[in-house]
Amino acid sequence: MDDALTKKLTILADAAKYDASCASSGAPKRKAEAGGLGSTTGAGICHAYTPDGRCVSLLKILLTNYCLFDCAYCVNRRSSNVRRAKFSVDEVVTLTVEFYKRNYIEGLFLSSGIIRSPDHTMEQLIRVAKALRQRHGFRGYIHLKTIPEASPWLIEQAGLYADRLSINLELPTEASLERLAPEKDGAAIQTAMGQMGERILQAKEERRRFAPAGQSTQVIVGADASTDESLIRTSARLYDHYGLKRIYYSAFSPIPDAASILPSKSPPLQREHRLYQADWLMRYYAFSPDDVAGATESGMLALDVDPKLAWALRNRDRFPVDVNRADREMLLRVPGLGVRAVDKIVAARRHATLRLDDVARLTSGLKRARPFLVAADYAPTRLTDRLDLRARLAEPPRQLSLF
Amino acid sequence: MSAARTIRLRPGADLEGFREAVRRLVHDGVAPEAVAWVEGDAPSLFPDEPPPGGAAPALALPRAVAALVPPVVMHRDPERYGLLHRLVGRVAGGERHLAEVASDPLVHRLALMRKAVGRDLHKMHAFLRFRRAGATTSGRERFAAWFEPEHHILAEAAPFFAARFPSFDWSILTPDGSAHWDGARLRFGPPGRREDVPEHDAFEAGWTGYYASTFNPARTNLAAMRAEMPKKYWHNLPETAAIPGLVREAGMRVGRMIERAPEAPVKRVPARALAAMVAQEPASLDALNAIIRASEPLVPGATQAVLGEGPLGARIAFVGEQPGDQEDLQGRPFVGPAGRLLSAALREAGIDREQSYLTNAVKHFKFEARGKRRIHQKPTAGEVAHYRWWLDRELAFVAPRLVVALGATAVLALTRRQVPITRARGPSDLGGKPYRGFVTVHPSYLLRLPDEARGDAYAGFVDDLRRAAALAAEPVPSAAPV
Repeated sequence: MDDALTKKLTILADAAKYDASCASSGAPKRKAEAGGLGSTTGAGICHAYTPDGRCVSLLKILLTNYCLFDCAYCVNRRSSNVRRAKFSVDEVVTLTVEFYKRNYIEGLFLSSGIIRSPDHTMEQLIRVAKALRQRHGFRGYIHLKTIPEASPWLIEQAGLYADRLSINLELPTEASLERLAPEKDGAAIQTAMGQMGERILQAKEERRRFAPAGQSTQVIVGADASTDESLIRTSARLYDHYGLKRIYYSAFSPIPDAASILPSKSPPLQREHRLYQADWLMRYYAFSPDDVAGATESGMLALDVDPKLAWALRNRDRFPVDVNRADREMLLRVPGLGVRAVDKIVAARRHATLRLDDVARLTSGLKRARPFLVAADYAPTRLTDRLDLRARLAEPPRQLSLF
Repeated sequence: MSAARTIRLRPGADLEGFREAVRRLVHDGVAPEAVAWVEGDAPSLFPDEPPPGGAAPALALPRAVAALVPPVVMHRDPERYGLLHRLVGRVAGGERHLAEVASDPLVHRLALMRKAVGRDLHKMHAFLRFRRAGATTSGRERFAAWFEPEHHILAEAAPFFAARFPSFDWSILTPDGSAHWDGARLRFGPPGRREDVPEHDAFEAGWTGYYASTFNPARTNLAAMRAEMPKKYWHNLPETAAIPGLVREAGMRVGRMIERAPEAPVKRVPARALAAMVAQEPASLDALNAIIRASEPLVPGATQAVLGEGPLGARIAFVGEQPGDQEDLQGRPFVGPAGRLLSAALREAGIDREQSYLTNAVKHFKFEARGKRRIHQKPTAGEVAHYRWWLDRELAFVAPRLVVALGATAVLALTRRQVPITRARGPSDLGGKPYRGFVTVHPSYLLRLPDEARGDAYAGFVDDLRRAAALAAEPVPSAAPV
């Protein structure tokens, strides 16, 4: 690998890292054909972790960080003074194939600044994916960023080669979009998401291959004044209307050469964490957006307790819950019990009566769960009525800032 | 109850040996505490078991129990066989549902062991790094890797790499054994040595550079990194060499970003971005056709895209379903049997084909190969939707007075609705379009009818075309409908 290519890689990886998505999951299981390269496992694999604790699964790069757009939150915006570079299609293909052969990555996540025109940019992204699939028989994972301003037929072509497509919403409201990303058009983003959602669903019904791992999006947290409640309601709508697979929340992080209209401070990592938890409650724990909203304080999720615990503290009359009798849905509402623990409880209690020790073996969250559950040999002594319960269960402020 | 005995198994994960032994032990009613499990030729407290008189009968185990055995056997804990014996013994003794009672201490412990083995497998798939080790005499690339799994998982882990990397030769060396792939077969061999793997690889520096660049110093979280990538793996991961430097400098880098006042941008060319977006819309039918011609078919197989044909400003545009076998080969619409029938009907109805515009809802032929014949397949709703963007723009450029939808697919493409032709036949607004609409059958429908019915149906089709022509001749209402 020559120095010039290494240098480009450094610039264009740095430029791509603010996209939180890293998943290589959701693709159907595939094997390489004879002479080909690559496979997918369904669940995805993280090949390394950087010191920010985030997973390195795909080669996440931009084709170029030259950009015509001027989105204030973005390090690659037209008016930023960062170093610029541009890969050729072949360079990206070579890097992907050679990294893949050494088992560094699961595949490629390719995005780009907008150069020349949205269509031209989208065409370049598609050319990379097509070359990988057709010239190299590449069966690994491909995630393509979709340029919402590109012509609809190009978005449709992208789905033929990619496992996952994504369009980043970035900002949850039109007003914020207008202020911080003047060239972006909220309506165009939603139209493109709708188009992709419809096409993915149709292809699935018709058993055609079209972005089999679905679409995802990213919302930046902390760059504007949006509340957690409005973010969660936006998410619920996106999951519902466009069949999104994942929504990524990305704490706005200081960037080199920042725009003056944005906060310059450490990223709100704990807030981001709570939003992910709330998102999971909706997707896996049958919480409605109203349930989640009911756990917020003037629209914001608590930072010292998780949203499920916050909900339980507000709804103490629903507890304690008997692990030997309660239905699955109610067990899922018990703080500290995850989906897997609940499923194990439901399976085990068919053949045994569960005591507190038994529950302890099924979850690592017993400390949080205890005040809210009843077992064969245990009942909380009016614990749910205690005024200091929240304080007893709150996490000490987490050391999420530096060192 | 019989006396204490020693069971000797192969070193590593001896699933077969364990299975045979446990059948015998359960059959003979030997208590788990009376058994010493020994790997290889290690010494034992109890005398070795005399060779059994014959194979003991197989044990019928519930699926959940049977599924627990192979991964636990791969665990490095010397107690694994004894624990499994206890589990199998209790199940055989009547606790048929034991494996579902995850809260039982024995089941819980075995589940943790299975989880540890699963995690080890996953980490081997994730953290193994190949280095290029030259090429074979036949020119195939060779790669090699050194890895130190925690448990006896090599045989279980290797097929993953064969499925992923069939096109080059590779070897995986571990302290317990090795696996080798030659493009056709997976072989297992004796333990390897780290020195047998090349010391360098041409892409490692680039990879480490990538790893360092993708790290965001403002989010430093070392505990999260170590939880997922424990230090014991680091010495075999080239990129971890960058970690100390990244951690050391992270604080400084963030401080600089937060303190530094925004600089005045060097270049700002407003309006160019939006101008580019307007410019990218195809400005003419030719430009649109160039895009269609260059695009992949949604379903692979077609020879070429079949574009619409006819003059801009044609009074009538006909929209069919999709190109057929002949159209696909010649690259022109309506030139096969159905096309010839359409031409004849147009003549009878007094419509000049040359002065009309003919196109299809879908631009590529989709077929199923049966021997040498290519049998037409109806496009799905999803495919029609995929091509709708082009059809809409195409008709906007042609700007006909009237569009005739030939068959249900054309109606679906134009109106987004599935409507039976028998109900929709005749004049139609096609869901509010800037042109008038008319719905009739597709000429291929006539070809499929039995001979005795075809005459009447053909006459009805010609009649439809006459009505359509008359509709197209009517003056356009002065105000366009809103």
